[in-house]
Amino acid sequence: MAALTPTADGADTAPAGPKDVSRRGGSPAARPARARRGRPRVWRGAVLGLAGVYFLVPLLASFVFTVHVSGQGVNFDAYTGIFSADGFGRSLLLSLGLAAATIVLSLLIAVPAMVAVRLGAPRLRPVVEIVCMLPLVVPPIALVSGLQSVLKWGPDHLATTPLYQTFLAVQNQSFPLVLVFAYVVLALPFVYRSLDAGLRAVDVTTLVEAARNCGASMPYTLWRVILPNLRSSLAGAAFLTLALVLGEYTIAALLGYEPFAVWIVTISGDQAQMSVAVSLLSLLIAWALLLVLSRAGARADSGAGVSGGPASRVSGPDASGASATAPAPRTAPAPGAAAPLPAPSGKE
Amino acid sequence: MPSDTLPAAPGKPVPGAADGSRRRRRGSRSWLGTLPLLVFAAVCFGLPVGFVVYGALTTDQGGATHATGANLSTSLHGAYLGSLTGSVELSALTALIGCVLGMLIAQAVVTSRRGALRESVLTASGVLANFGGVPLAFAFVATLGISGVVTQIAHLGSAGWSLYSFPGLVVIYLYFLIPLMVLVSVPALDGLRPQWREAAQNAGATTGQFWRHVGIPVLAPTLLGGFVLLFGSAFAAYATAAALVGGSVPLVTLKIADALSGNVQVGQENVALALSADMIVIAGLVMAVYLPLQRRSTRWLH
Repeated sequence: MAALTPTADGADTAPAGPKDVSRRGGSPAARPARARRGRPRVWRGAVLGLAGVYFLVPLLASFVFTVHVSGQGVNFDAYTGIFSADGFGRSLLLSLGLAAATIVLSLLIAVPAMVAVRLGAPRLRPVVEIVCMLPLVVPPIALVSGLQSVLKWGPDHLATTPLYQTFLAVQNQSFPLVLVFAYVVLALPFVYRSLDAGLRAVDVTTLVEAARNCGASMPYTLWRVILPNLRSSLAGAAFLTLALVLGEYTIAALLGYEPFAVWIVTISGDQAQMSVAVSLLSLLIAWALLLVLSRAGARADSGAGVSGGPASRVSGPDASGASATAPAPRTAPAPGAAAPLPAPSGKE
Repeated sequence: MPSDTLPAAPGKPVPGAADGSRRRRRGSRSWLGTLPLLVFAAVCFGLPVGFVVYGALTTDQGGATHATGANLSTSLHGAYLGSLTGSVELSALTALIGCVLGMLIAQAVVTSRRGALRESVLTASGVLANFGGVPLAFAFVATLGISGVVTQIAHLGSAGWSLYSFPGLVVIYLYFLIPLMVLVSVPALDGLRPQWREAAQNAGATTGQFWRHVGIPVLAPTLLGGFVLLFGSAFAAYATAAALVGGSVPLVTLKIADALSGNVQVGQENVALALSADMIVIAGLVMAVYLPLQRRSTRWLH
C-alpha cells in the first residue's frame, strides 16, 4: 500500500544489485554466483507464470462471462446497458463526491499533524502514529456498529440542543457526511504511511529552517517548499483513498446509503452479467487512475528537483553545509544506495 | 560469521542532534498542527469505538441501562463463537498461504533484472491489493461460481467444487492478500544489501547458509508483520463474503451485520456490539504484534 512511493524510488536502483556482482567478474565470488543463476531463472519463471495464471484467469473469465451467453453467441449488451442502467450515474457521482471530500479532509488533517510532529513536537510523534494506525485495529464492520449506535443515541439524547441539527445534517441522504467521516478514519493508516514515506525522504527541518531564515512565512513554507517535495506521496495517498472509497461497501450498505459498490450488489440480483461487467470496469478504471497518478508522481519527482532548486538556493546563505542536503534526500530513499548523506529521518 | 557484518552495515549518525535546542524552542507552538487530527480522531473514531465498548457491556431494560457481561458471554457461545473461530481460521490460513506465496513472487521480482517486470508487478499489486470487496466477489462468481466460465469448462461442479464454501473463500481472499504481501515484502527484499550476500559468499557461505543466518533473520520481522497484516485484512473483510456466500460460511462479520440489521432477532444490537468488541480485541492483539515488528524491520532495512 505505502509501497506506492517506494515503487517509483526503488525501481532504478534494484537491478543494480545483481549487476554489481556479475560485473566484478574477476573476483572469485562472482563465478559461482553466475553458475548458480541458471536455477533461479527456471524457479522465477515458474513462480511468475503461476501467479500470472492465478491473477489473469478470473479477469479473462469475467470478461468472457459478460460477453458470452451459451447458445446466443457473443454480444456486448452488458456493457452498453450500463450507462442507461437505473442508478448508475447517481451512485457513481455519489461515490466520486465522497471520495473527493474524503481525500481533501484526510490530507487537511494529516499533513499539518505530521509536519508539526517532525518540526517541533517530536514527543507527540508516537501519539500521532498510534492515532493514525488504530483504525487498522477496528474492522469497518465494528466501526459501523459503533457509528450506528451513535447515530441512534444522538437524536434521542440531544434533541433539545443545536447538536441535533448536526446529526441530521451528517445523515443527509444526498450527501451523507457521516460516510466521509467514516472513510477518513478508514483511510488514515494509508494516508499516514504514504506521507510518512514521503517525509522520510525530505529533510523537513532543514528545508523549513532554510526557508524561514530567508524570511518566508510558515504557511508559505508549507505550501511552496514542503508540499512540492511531498507531491508523489500526496498523490499516492489520494489514490489509495480514492480506491478505498470507490470500493467501500460495508459501512455504506449497513447505514443504508447507495454509493457505487452497494449499487453493484443491488443490480446483481437480476442483471448478473452487468454486475460483473461493472466490476471489471471498476478494476480497469482503478488501474488507469493508478497509472496516471504514478506518472504524475514521477513527473512531480523530477519537478521537485526544479522546485527544490529555489529551496537549495534558499539554504545557501544559511550554512555552507546545508545546501548539500537539499538534493541528497532524493537519492536517500532507495535502500542500499550510497547517498552522500544518510536518510535524514529514517531513525525513529 | 555472516552475522558479524550486520551491525556495521546500517551505520547512521544520529541526525539533528546539534539543532535539538532550536527544535525545542519552536515546539511551543507547532503541536497545534496536530490538533485537528486528534480532535477528529476523538470524535469520529473514539466516540463510535466507545459506544461499541459501552454497548457491549450494558443492556437496556425498560429505559434503564444495566452493566452486564451477558452480551459478551452470548457472543462467546454457540453460533456466535462458531463464527468467531470460523473467521480466525479462515484469516490465519489465508494469511499463511498469502505470506509464503507473496514472498516468493516478491523474491522473483526483486531478483529479476527487468525493470519493466518489476514495475508492472508492483503496479498490478497496488491495484489488486485494493481490489477486494464486491467487484472481486463478482469476478469470482463469473469465474468459479455455479455457472462460472472455468467451472463449466473444467466441469468443476461435478468434481464437488463450490465457490460458496470455506475453500472458495480461501481462493478469493488470496486474490487480494498475495498482492498485499508482495507490496509489503518487496521493499524489505530490496533492503537485503548485495554487500551482505557478497560478504557471506566471501566467507564461504552457501546460498542456504546465507538465507538461514542473514536473510531470514533480517526479513523475519517483515514476514511476521506481513502475516499479521494479511490476517487483519482477511479478518476484517466483509463485503466479499457478504456479496458471495451470504451466510453459508460462519463468519463473524456476517453475524454482526445480521444482528445489526435485526435479521435474526429484535434486540440483538448489543450482541452485535459485543461481537464487534471481540473483533476489536482480536485485531488489537494482532496489531500489537505488528507495529513493534514493523519498527524492528525499519531499523535494518532503511
